[in-house]
Amino acid sequence: MINYSKFVLDNGLRVIVNEDPSTPLVVVNVLYDVGARDEDSTKTGFAHLFEHLMFGGSLHIPDYDSPLQIAGGENNAFTTNDITNYYCQLPAENIETAFWLESDRMLSLAFSQESLDVQRKVVSEEFKENYTNQPYGDVWSLLRELTYKVHPYRWMTIGKELSHIEKAELEDVKKFFYKHYTPVNAVLSVAGNVTTEQVKELAIKWFGDIPPGNKYERNLPKEPEQKEHRVLEVERKVPVDALFKAWHSVEWNTPEYYAMDLLTDVLGSGKASRLYQSLVKEKKLFSKIDCYHTGSVDMGLVVIEGRLAKAVSFQEAEEAIDTELKKVKEELLSDMELEKLKNRVESALAFEDTSLRSRATDLAIFELRGDAGMINEVKDKYFAVTSSDIQSIARKIFREENSSSLRYKSEKKQKSEPEKEKND
Amino acid sequence: MINRLMPPAHKSPMEFKLRLPEYEVAHLKNNIPVYLVNGGAEDVVKVEWVFKAGKIYEKKNAIASATRELINSGTTTKTAFDISNHFEYYGAYFSTAGYNETVTISLNSLTKHLEVLLPLVRELFTEAVYPEEEITLYKKNRIQRLKVSLEKSEFQANRLVNEALFGARHPYGRKVDIEDIEAIERKDLLDFYKEYFLRGDSMIFVSGKFTPAVIEQLDRFFGDLEVGPKRGVAENHFQPMDEKVLHKVLNEKGVQGAIRLARLFPSFKHPDFKPALVLNAVYGGYFGSRLMSNIREEKGYTYGIYSFIQNYPDTAVWHVATEAGRDVAEAAIEESFKEMEILRNTKVADDELMLVKNYMLGKRLASLDGPFSIMERIKGMILNDLDENYFDETTEVIRNVTADELQSLANKYLLRDEFYDILVI
Repeated sequence: MINYSKFVLDNGLRVIVNEDPSTPLVVVNVLYDVGARDEDSTKTGFAHLFEHLMFGGSLHIPDYDSPLQIAGGENNAFTTNDITNYYCQLPAENIETAFWLESDRMLSLAFSQESLDVQRKVVSEEFKENYTNQPYGDVWSLLRELTYKVHPYRWMTIGKELSHIEKAELEDVKKFFYKHYTPVNAVLSVAGNVTTEQVKELAIKWFGDIPPGNKYERNLPKEPEQKEHRVLEVERKVPVDALFKAWHSVEWNTPEYYAMDLLTDVLGSGKASRLYQSLVKEKKLFSKIDCYHTGSVDMGLVVIEGRLAKAVSFQEAEEAIDTELKKVKEELLSDMELEKLKNRVESALAFEDTSLRSRATDLAIFELRGDAGMINEVKDKYFAVTSSDIQSIARKIFREENSSSLRYKSEKKQKSEPEKEKND
Repeated sequence: MINRLMPPAHKSPMEFKLRLPEYEVAHLKNNIPVYLVNGGAEDVVKVEWVFKAGKIYEKKNAIASATRELINSGTTTKTAFDISNHFEYYGAYFSTAGYNETVTISLNSLTKHLEVLLPLVRELFTEAVYPEEEITLYKKNRIQRLKVSLEKSEFQANRLVNEALFGARHPYGRKVDIEDIEAIERKDLLDFYKEYFLRGDSMIFVSGKFTPAVIEQLDRFFGDLEVGPKRGVAENHFQPMDEKVLHKVLNEKGVQGAIRLARLFPSFKHPDFKPALVLNAVYGGYFGSRLMSNIREEKGYTYGIYSFIQNYPDTAVWHVATEAGRDVAEAAIEESFKEMEILRNTKVADDELMLVKNYMLGKRLASLDGPFSIMERIKGMILNDLDENYFDETTEVIRNVTADELQSLANKYLLRDEFYDILVI
């Protein structure tokens, strides 16, 4: 059980507190209800670029990082397709520094042209480092476009293409800020060696006078039901063929969501999982294989990805996966298998709860999506899943017409090259 | 109205009491030492077995890593599947990691399941059989993984930097190539296993929330293991490359270059080591460092650039690492050396030094939060043969080092000619 208390400021800012007197630290987490799915399709990558700009100075504070470091703290942030999250961790005595910094940038950024110019370049390098200059680096860009035709999950958080980031202007930055970075669209959560009373006092003092802003009403197009199997074949300079197969899944936190999560676990998590045992160990068709899901709020994806063993065809590989999927659709999991899944959930949740930061972030996420208290219901939701729930969700998701295959082929070498790179 | 221009009062990290928390030491019947840190709110535990079975002990390339990675691939009574399934059934997480000197075998588990998992770990340490079929599959898959890594400029640059510093024949600098993996034989693995696990030189680290019964359990399952001789460290016979500037293009279409600047540095036993940690932080050791401020935040050449000092038993290496746009990579290298020059020529300003010290002390405080993170510190101390004083001494140096001392250190070590300058596109 994770203890928490919550209150709402007059301007609509929701505040969550997790008291933990055993630590000398405190984590102050600010979550904004905006992600890459809220972007214009001609200006993708903006939510993430904006995250970078949040460190470029705010109305009264030219430099975000230094005052925090002087107080012995550190910070970071991340953006996903669904949310943007900022956190700082510092000695509990210095908690007020974090309130000062976070409230000032919620009040207003400095909107510096210089910061925009530099961060556009930094994000371009981030794009190159992770997506262009990496073997298989463009997989997610291809896979999103293949699986989503309408919903904004069709582009990656970093953006559809570099040119979108390069074109971003200060005017866009301002509009984005006033639309999304307001108290009514945010959750503040604090975990560590603090009391609720103390947090209440600080929250009112620093965040209380920020204008509430308008509630952002999300109205995203729903992805229409997929009606036929899609295939995309690409050739790239990679040493090994790889297969990525994706199915549209279910929405976050529905009862089906938990069954789906366990389904991906039974298929592809760990060396004793079904796909690894059958396709890597027994049939030797893949050198590695995983099954996972995107964990998205709107309808996400279940993905199976694998690297093909030498001389295995895509057709052979896909048929072998289908055989495994057929099994999970036709036969119920054994009691032992179900028990194993639940033991794994129990253990994973316990380890996750040991981290102050993950407590602060998770509480904020649950509050944003309805109620922080849901954090304590997760285990029961997993434990309520039955073998037949897993079978039903497998039947619902693993349909041929709901699937897409990305066949990522190793480019045929132009001339005979030696196997080994000569760098010595 | 509050005054938002004024930072709120804070307690200076210089005043924090930083004390390494108490830990327990026990010995099994066979004298294997067990270090324990008890704490936390969740009923979880982490047990780590550290064997002196790293890369420096292998006589044939890639054998130490293969022996470790295949240790759970079969025993006299269990298949690879049985082993994985047993751990996974109880929700436990079994993993291994390999270093130059040591190998760490870790088990993360709910405390209540520990007792049924330990006998299996024991079996891996006493009854592993290295089935031929598993080895064949492992070799095939490892070659595929290596082929993918070889496509990455950062992987190539990391290999090159170690080779340049230590020489291609020293275990620290030796590379694993496809033919090394192809040459792995069952006999090599069995021999290595016999020498370094069956007659191991090992210790055990336990952190999390547990009762004293855990010592009795460890004694029951590991107290009768055969203990081998104390293993030494690697010879200091480095054969560094003469050529310092190594720039190469492996991928004509590459859009970024992997940059690695590196030099040998005295080991942590040397008096310069502790103050150099502070100089390193100023130079490239945190988000607000000179390198980050100039090369990322001012010029936008890279997503991130860091420097760090890597520790070996008898030496250390001072590294700078980044990936920078292809057309600005040379400029990023020049700027990195320019920042060294500035540190040699100009004293670090008081407020910057204070900021860095506070940041470092805050990090130290955070590293003492929770049993797992405390154990990381204790483990580092024990494996390097240090005592509690070392932690306190380092804290004192961070608090007291002066700008003059940092400048003279910069003049002693941050010298362009001493650094390998590696760029791989």
